[in-house]
Amino acid sequence: MKKELKCHVGIGPKVEGIALVAADNFSARYDLDRINGVFSRPQHKLYGSSYKDVILVLNTAKGGVATAWMLYEMTSRKIAPKGILFNSVNTILAQGAALAEMAMVDRFEDGDVTKIVKTGDHLIVCPDEGKVIFVE
Amino acid sequence: MKLNNEEQAMLAGDFGPAVKWAMEHQLQVGRMFDAEDMVDVSQAHMMADPESLGEAGVAFTEKLAETDISVRIPTITDPRGVDLECYEPIGQTESMAELERRFIAACKRMGITMTNTCINYQTIMPPVFGDHVAFGDTGVVIYSNSVCGARSNFEGGPSALAAGLTGRTPRYGLHLNDNRSSTKRYQVAEEPKDLMDWGVLGATIGRMAGSYWEVPVIEGIEKIPNSDQLKHFGAAMASYGSVPLFHIVGITPECQKIEDVDGQALEATKVTKETIRDLRAPFSAVGSQVDVVVFAAPQLSIIEMSELSKLCSGRQRSPTTDVIVCTSAQVYADAVSMGYVNEIEAFGGRVLVGTCFYQQYAREIGEANGWTSLLSNSAKIVNILGGYGYQPSLASMEACIESAEKGIIVQ
Repeated sequence: MKKELKCHVGIGPKVEGIALVAADNFSARYDLDRINGVFSRPQHKLYGSSYKDVILVLNTAKGGVATAWMLYEMTSRKIAPKGILFNSVNTILAQGAALAEMAMVDRFEDGDVTKIVKTGDHLIVCPDEGKVIFVE
Repeated sequence: MKLNNEEQAMLAGDFGPAVKWAMEHQLQVGRMFDAEDMVDVSQAHMMADPESLGEAGVAFTEKLAETDISVRIPTITDPRGVDLECYEPIGQTESMAELERRFIAACKRMGITMTNTCINYQTIMPPVFGDHVAFGDTGVVIYSNSVCGARSNFEGGPSALAAGLTGRTPRYGLHLNDNRSSTKRYQVAEEPKDLMDWGVLGATIGRMAGSYWEVPVIEGIEKIPNSDQLKHFGAAMASYGSVPLFHIVGITPECQKIEDVDGQALEATKVTKETIRDLRAPFSAVGSQVDVVVFAAPQLSIIEMSELSKLCSGRQRSPTTDVIVCTSAQVYADAVSMGYVNEIEAFGGRVLVGTCFYQQYAREIGEANGWTSLLSNSAKIVNILGGYGYQPSLASMEACIESAEKGIIVQ
């Protein structure tokens, strides 16, 4: 098992947490019940799962621009993921992470991050260094 | 990133704390996307409804406004979440309205023009070919890039606000020529007919493209579409695929022939009737009761208002089916003077001004009104509302009105 993944330099602070993984895309508006902190879109692969304090691992963005404000709003109420790893971010997700001071990285050298990382893996995300460390 | 003297002064705080925040924000984003420098923008368009902002976003904006800063370029706004002339009748609360009032006051204090529209390219000041802008609302961005030939990334509310304050944005993504070439090629088997068809085709291509960094080039469209058709096409493509730019061969300005966008060597994917049917299938509930029929996403143009009013004329909605129509203040004024609003209201519809249904606390108003089954001709809105507890269905404008009349979804 790899001990460390290299990725593009990202946004936000260094964080540590447990991964919640799906080969699916993401929009805070389309997919979340932000009051209760769960995925609420029935078609989403994480439907019903809590995203509070986890490190989400997903494919890419979908949909609109609302996520940029919503990540900030979610973080202010402390019902938010600690960080998000994507195969590829769009501009909105990066802008939202910047305002919310949420860890976010993408573009992994070893390929599809939703296949490399498993739900329950213990991770440290280092956006400034462009790396993610697996904790034994 | 290379910053000129003025940008360095902004970063140092010489223009005040709000501009300093804006430049710091832009540098973080620019760094993530390898921007080398900044590019001047002529306009900013900010999405910021109170549901997305929450108390935190409104307080953040108020704090910026308290520094007595003004935007440096024309900065306009996407639809609001609360029509302050009509919020209690649709189940919105005083606290939602108060949040909206506070945000509007903060924006006005910063010199932001409250246009409250997602069809600014039809009603306010369309960008021109090659114009660098900082637009929010994915439908606005994809239309401006593709149909106008302007240059914008998706700028979320905070970034559009930052661009308004600094007058520039990091030069990455669609501000660069290299990122505007096509990466996926699609051949359309059947040309769309009505607005819903255009939305479904856009949704289908968006879902297939599936990434912000893909640029579809589309062949097989011979008849030049009108602005409303391309509006629904682009809005749905952006919604399903997060796609910010498309080219249609022989129609959109950067692609008179496929070689113009380097698409000639790309393998073509056929968009078949079956593919389109697959996309529509989850949004078909013919024969079921419909609680609310919604015309929105994007806001209706004056032409759509005219068509809708003709369909409503002399008819009456079912007492068990509500009808909501969302348009901009600019269109609304003309629609009143032309008698379109009267016709829609006589049918039993409610016309909301400066809002868009999915941006106005869709979950809460659904619960307040007992709306679960929803029908629309917007492929974009049916994609969004599943996560808000609705069972959305899709039909043409004609079928939507007939369904509202009967209280049952018709073919």
